[in-house]
This record gives sequence, structure tokens and C-alpha cells, in this order.
Amino acid sequence: MEQARKDALRELARKIRMGIIEATHAAKSGHPGGSLSITDVLTYLYFEEMNIDPAAPQMADRDRFVLSKGHCAPALYATLANRGFFPVEELTTLRKLGSRLQGHPDMTLTPGVDMSAGSLGLGISSAAGMALAAKIDGKDYRVYTAVGDGESEEGQVWEACMFAAHYKLDNFCVVIDWNGLQIDGPVAEVMNPTPHDEKLKAFGFHVISIDGHDFDQIETAFNEAKTVKGKPTAIIAKTVKGKGVSFMENKTNWHGTAPNDEQYAAAIAELKA
Amino acid sequence: MAEKIATREGYGNGLVELAEKYDFVVLDADLAEATKTVKFKKAYPERFFDCGIAEGNMMSVAAGIATTGKTVVASSFAMFAAGRAFEQVRNSIGYPHLNVKIGATHAGITVGEDGATHQCNEDIALMRTIPGMTIVNPSDNVEAKAALEAALTTDGPFYLRFGRAAVPVINDNADYRFELGKGVQLADGTDVTIIATGLMVSLALEARELLAAEGISARVVNIHTIKPIDRDVIAKAVADTGAIVTAEEHNVIGGLGAAVAEVVCDTAPAPVVRVGVKDTYGHSGSVPALLEEYGLTPANIAENAKKAIAMKK
Repeated sequence: MEQARKDALRELARKIRMGIIEATHAAKSGHPGGSLSITDVLTYLYFEEMNIDPAAPQMADRDRFVLSKGHCAPALYATLANRGFFPVEELTTLRKLGSRLQGHPDMTLTPGVDMSAGSLGLGISSAAGMALAAKIDGKDYRVYTAVGDGESEEGQVWEACMFAAHYKLDNFCVVIDWNGLQIDGPVAEVMNPTPHDEKLKAFGFHVISIDGHDFDQIETAFNEAKTVKGKPTAIIAKTVKGKGVSFMENKTNWHGTAPNDEQYAAAIAELKA
Repeated sequence: MAEKIATREGYGNGLVELAEKYDFVVLDADLAEATKTVKFKKAYPERFFDCGIAEGNMMSVAAGIATTGKTVVASSFAMFAAGRAFEQVRNSIGYPHLNVKIGATHAGITVGEDGATHQCNEDIALMRTIPGMTIVNPSDNVEAKAALEAALTTDGPFYLRFGRAAVPVINDNADYRFELGKGVQLADGTDVTIIATGLMVSLALEARELLAAEGISARVVNIHTIKPIDRDVIAKAVADTGAIVTAEEHNVIGGLGAAVAEVVCDTAPAPVVRVGVKDTYGHSGSVPALLEEYGLTPANIAENAKKAIAMKK
């Protein structure tokens, strides 16, 4: 990737991370850790990869994205806002009564949200359904979904994988956000779902493992996914929970805790630096 | 004696008959032979997708397909459609109010010999609590087809409840017209109203004859649409007859009887006696033996109708 494009993506990701901090601080609740880990992947998808139009969020043949790890809605909202689907100022209404920005994504309220999701395991199945719909209609749009590593403990994730491989959904791309932490502790200690690569291969996926914060690797992976025929692709993105805010990085307790005023100021200062 | 056909047959035939008229796809979870979606699968293989034995995934997949503008019919047994996949139906289909029409067969105890694990007497209660869910429990083959067409032409999620056992065809008359959300008065009466749903409707008509032989005049109302329920037909039953007995092949908790009692409490209190499965599990047995065992008979409806009349002030 050219340096200028990479710098632009990094700048966008920085703004999106600030939006996550602004939103969860204002809400006094929410999930910054996993939002910060998936930010670079979302930035690439919405600013480089996906065929979407903020002026026409319901465009029939658009690419689609489902945030199966729906608790990381702040990352999706901050991405959509920066992409122009709604004003960035609206991010601070997150989780408040009357807001379009629910605690978990609601497709009926928020422009650009393709599926209501967040109860873990459900979103990946709906994304697979969209990919099947594209095949039924002979359309060439692609469907992306982000699944948490902890989320992959849900049996339905594997039902969805079986389904996607069975119907040869090569327009379907799953990103596993492998940040290694879930609410009760390290994923490997709570209920180890690894090895994701071997399991996904066994389920019939083309599997690519990358550093989920490296835009070169992210781009290479999404480009490779588009060349795969006859099977879905899984991108296992090794990420850092809390990425970009040093005191949140690799800390389990930042899964579902909002920054207080002091932490907010420190996080914003670090992201502005 | 009326011809007997299972409502699942009406559903399966309806899918094929309506396939050219409406654009929809059908999903099943390895039960196509039993749910009768197999008829559609054979006629329109390019519009049928087996999801295997993974009902939760099927419901969320159905929702995903529906977001692209398609109407989706998703089938399994009631136990798995409403029970196993409750949360997927609630969160993936109900919450975004998507056009997924759930065709749930093998509801109630008339599953028969397979026994309690497969006899779902709780599905109406579960589905009633999902906001925006329309629930239709047809009384016969004719109504099953009509309910399917109503679901295909009405926006939002539907739960269509069908049975395994053959039941008498009672609606095969020229002036039969299905109106979603409208109770159907099948026979008038002055002393009590029998409000029934599904296969209990034909038994209610038999109960009316038993009561007539004792000089008791019973109105019979078929409630095919359990949600939204026809409040007017219930209020009129209270006003005209002053007592109600409900009849359903479902737990008396949370089903038709409960829905009717809620309306009666909200409007004009009157005795409501509920005939149904008395908060217990099913059992293996033949259909006639099970109906007898669980009191889903004309005689028991008539007995309870008399109880309701005795409770009038």
C-alpha cells in the first residue's frame, strides 16, 4: 500500500478511536476494548473495500457488513459517522433514551447498519443469509462480518460456518477479531476455542491469518478473499484489545467499562498526540 | 363424516400453489418430508434451501435473507422453531420486524407416539410474547392455505402453527373467506360461547351438539389469529352469552385461553374456563388416546361449558 493511503487510513482510524472514547465516555457504559481492537479492520472495510454510498444506505446491490460482535457498536457507529452516514456529533448520544445509537446495532434506527445483531452467534448467520441471497439473485455484492474470538464459543458460529461452506458462499468473508480476552478473562482460560485456523479449514473455509492492525496485511487479506472461488474466507485478525489507548491495551476489565472523566482526558490526549 | 387432512398438508400444498403468485424462498431444517415443504422442494428446488439440523442458524439466516427484500418461509417442528430457536426468532427476526414466515408443524400433543420431547404445548405462549409477531393457528386444511397466503401478503414476522394429525375439513364452503385477525362465528348460541383454535374448532362444533341435546345453546367462535386477537368478537361473546369456555391443544398457560382471559379482564369480566393441556408434559400414544387423556374432547368441552354457565352471576 502506498504511504499516503496508509497515512490517510491511520488518520481515519485515529478519529474513529476518538469517536469510540467520546461515545463510551458520554454514555458512561459500553465496550471500548473490543471496539478499539476491530477499528482498523472496520476502517479499511468502510473506506477502502466496501461498495457503499452514505447518501444511499439502502442501495440494493451494496456490499454488506454485519457486526456479529455487536457489543462493539461504538466502533461501527464511529466508522459510519466518519464515513458520512450521520453526523459525528451524534456519537455522544450513544445508549441514551431516544438515540438512534442503541447499545447494540439496530438496523431499523441507524443509517448504514445492515443487520440488528449483538446477541452473540446470531449476526454471522444473518450475514451468511445475505450472502446466500446474493447468490440466489445472481448479484455480485459481498458480505462481511466480524466475529469475536470469545463469540466463537457460541455453537451457532459453527452452524453458520457449516452453512456458508455448504452453499459455497465465496462472496462471504468472516473476520475473527482475535484479541484474546473476554469478560471473564483470557479466552484461552475461559473456554479455549482455538485453533481457529485449523477448525475453520476443517469447516471448509479459506483461512488467512494477519496482524489486524497492519493495513498492508488487511488489504492483502481482503484482496485475496475476493480471488477465492467456491468457498468462504475467514480472516483471523490478531489484534490488541484496547488498541491505541495504552492503559486499555490487553486489559480484560476494559471489555465493558467506560472511561471516567480522568481516563477520558488521558485517552483523548494520547490519541491526539 | 368430513374428509380429514392434516393442516401441514394444506401448508405444503399451499407453498406450491402460491409459488408463482408470490416471490419467496423456503428454508427447512432436515424435516422437509415431515413439514411437507418437500412438495415445494421438488417443484422449486432453486428456491428451497435445507439448513440441516441447526434451527437457530436457520432462523438467523432467514432474517439475513429477508434484509435483502425477500420473503422467507422457514420451517421446522414447533418444538424447534419456537423452542430451540426462540432467541433467534426474537432477536434476528422479531426485533428488526423482518418478513420471515415461520411454518411450524407438529405442534401440540397430536404429534402422538414420539412423545413429550416433541410435543410442543408452549409455542403459542412463547411467540405471543414477541412484539410484532402475528400468530395464526388454522383449524383445517383450507384455513392453513389461507393463513399462508395472508402471511405472504402481510408485512412482518409470522408464526403459522400446523399439526401432524389429520383433522376434519370444516371450511370447504364457497363463501369461506379468511380475514387475518378476525374471529369466525361458526354457530350462534345464547348460553355460552366456545372459543376454540386449531384442531379444537371441529371438536367445539361437536361439543355444541352435545350441549344442544341438553337444551343448552352454545355459540362457537374460531380464533385462527391468536395475535393480534379479535377483541371485538370476544367482547361480543361476553355481552351476548355471559360465559366463555376456551379450547386449545396447548398449555392453558399463555395460550388462547390466557389471551381470551386477558381481553375479558380488560373489558367486561365474565367467567372464562380454559380447556387445554393442564401445565403438564405430553406422552407417547395414539392421537385419539392422547386427546382423551388430556381432555381435548367434545365431552370435556361441554362439561366445562356447563361449569362456565354455572359461574355466571
